[in-house]
Amino acid sequence: MRIGVLALQGAFREHILALEAIGASAVAVRLPAQLDGCDGLIIPGGESTAIAKLMDRHGFYESVQGRCREGMAVWGTCAGAILIAKRISDGLPGQRSLGLLDIQVRRNAYGRQSDSFEAGLEVKGLDEPFQGIFIRAPWIESVGEGVRVLAEHDGRIVAVRSASMMATTFHPELTRDLRLHRYFVSDLCSRSRLDGA
Amino acid sequence: MSENNRETGTLRVKTGFAEMLKGGVIMDVVTAEQAKIAEDAGAVAVMALERVPADIRVAGGVARMADPTKVTEIIKAVTIPVMAKCRIGHFVEAQVLESLGADYIDESEVLTPADEQYHVNKWGFTVPFVCGCRNLGEALRRIAEGAAMVRTKGEPGTGNVVEAVRHMRTVSDEIAWVAGLRDEQLFDAAKQLGATYDLVKWVHDNGKLPVVNFSAGGIATPADAALMMQLGCDGVFVGSGIFKSGDPEKRARAIVEATTHYENAEIIADVSRDLGEAMVGINIPDIPEAQRMQERGW
Repeated sequence: MRIGVLALQGAFREHILALEAIGASAVAVRLPAQLDGCDGLIIPGGESTAIAKLMDRHGFYESVQGRCREGMAVWGTCAGAILIAKRISDGLPGQRSLGLLDIQVRRNAYGRQSDSFEAGLEVKGLDEPFQGIFIRAPWIESVGEGVRVLAEHDGRIVAVRSASMMATTFHPELTRDLRLHRYFVSDLCSRSRLDGA
Repeated sequence: MSENNRETGTLRVKTGFAEMLKGGVIMDVVTAEQAKIAEDAGAVAVMALERVPADIRVAGGVARMADPTKVTEIIKAVTIPVMAKCRIGHFVEAQVLESLGADYIDESEVLTPADEQYHVNKWGFTVPFVCGCRNLGEALRRIAEGAAMVRTKGEPGTGNVVEAVRHMRTVSDEIAWVAGLRDEQLFDAAKQLGATYDLVKWVHDNGKLPVVNFSAGGIATPADAALMMQLGCDGVFVGSGIFKSGDPEKRARAIVEATTHYENAEIIADVSRDLGEAMVGINIPDIPEAQRMQERGW
């Protein structure tokens, strides 16, 4: 299993280390050609406007969308969740997104850095609670058809998935808990490999 | 603090925010308009200031925290994080900046120090702090005081990368030294570095700093930014280098691109073309010692 991690800006190294810890082969993706052969792609946390501009300059939008049509799975964390969403509330004028997952997200929904927080979360499919680290996080305001809610916090949706797309508004890569990385690789990437074949 | 099933201001939330800035460029800005230019260029955050370091040098006198109106204007102008500087040891300036909603506070040697012995006790704040360092001991002293991010100091406002390189190499060399020591040598290493044993032990066991380290002070070109990234920093601060140059928009975009693609010389060459005039720059021996900002901080 080969999983790409978009390495333009943000916490990509932590995702690579987590993937290696569960035995997946991880590759840092800085240019679109490096997506070839990836069964899945993680778009990490970082600054969504900065990542979006860097993606635009090297034609990432078209290539990621193309690879997804061929069955590549995608998981967006925090900024990554914003980048794969169909609709963004409070985005910059003209802010592009990949439009891969039918959700509406709100940027910086909780406020400024002083409002960033940690909280225990009940996540569907996991037996024990997962410690969510929310940093200037977005939340998910609504989900479309075929999108399942995996976790909520204080009545706000914070984790969702569809057949091959997943979004979390918190940062599993900042904890040592590898359960969501395992979930993505075994439940979404393997499936997309079968569907795509 | 803990309420509504959530805990704010935890160490993980503070250091984690710095992790999200990695691979990015933080730009000094003095107006809302400059902040927008920085955001459009792909900056991961802006530093809200009254004057950039190059102008602080020219103006002389006492440099203080920016006017709250300025900080608020810049916060309103952009959606990316906004940092602001307080004087070394000036914990009331830090309280004011926290109340204004600054996302990170830089306890900075660019401003005139308010305390010649003590830095701010940063543990008491919900907002995270970044501090400057020239070597491993200084970095660990700031982390012990609660800094959630450090930056090598360089020499601000010079457009001369030589001090940034010196400080980055010093930190890396000292980490390698500590990592190679035997356990019984760590107590003496802690004494030599002027740092706590626990942090020295952490560096020994992990072979790196416990927090994100950016490079600052003298970065003026895309190649400068890539140089610092190849030397091992996690991202860069660009102060005077952008808005003291001929074409700030273009230079800002180019530095962002070079910081991401820091190992790709073709991309760095491409973005370095026709950038217009870089800031003039100052040679370090031409700065009287009393005016060297890097010497501030203890």
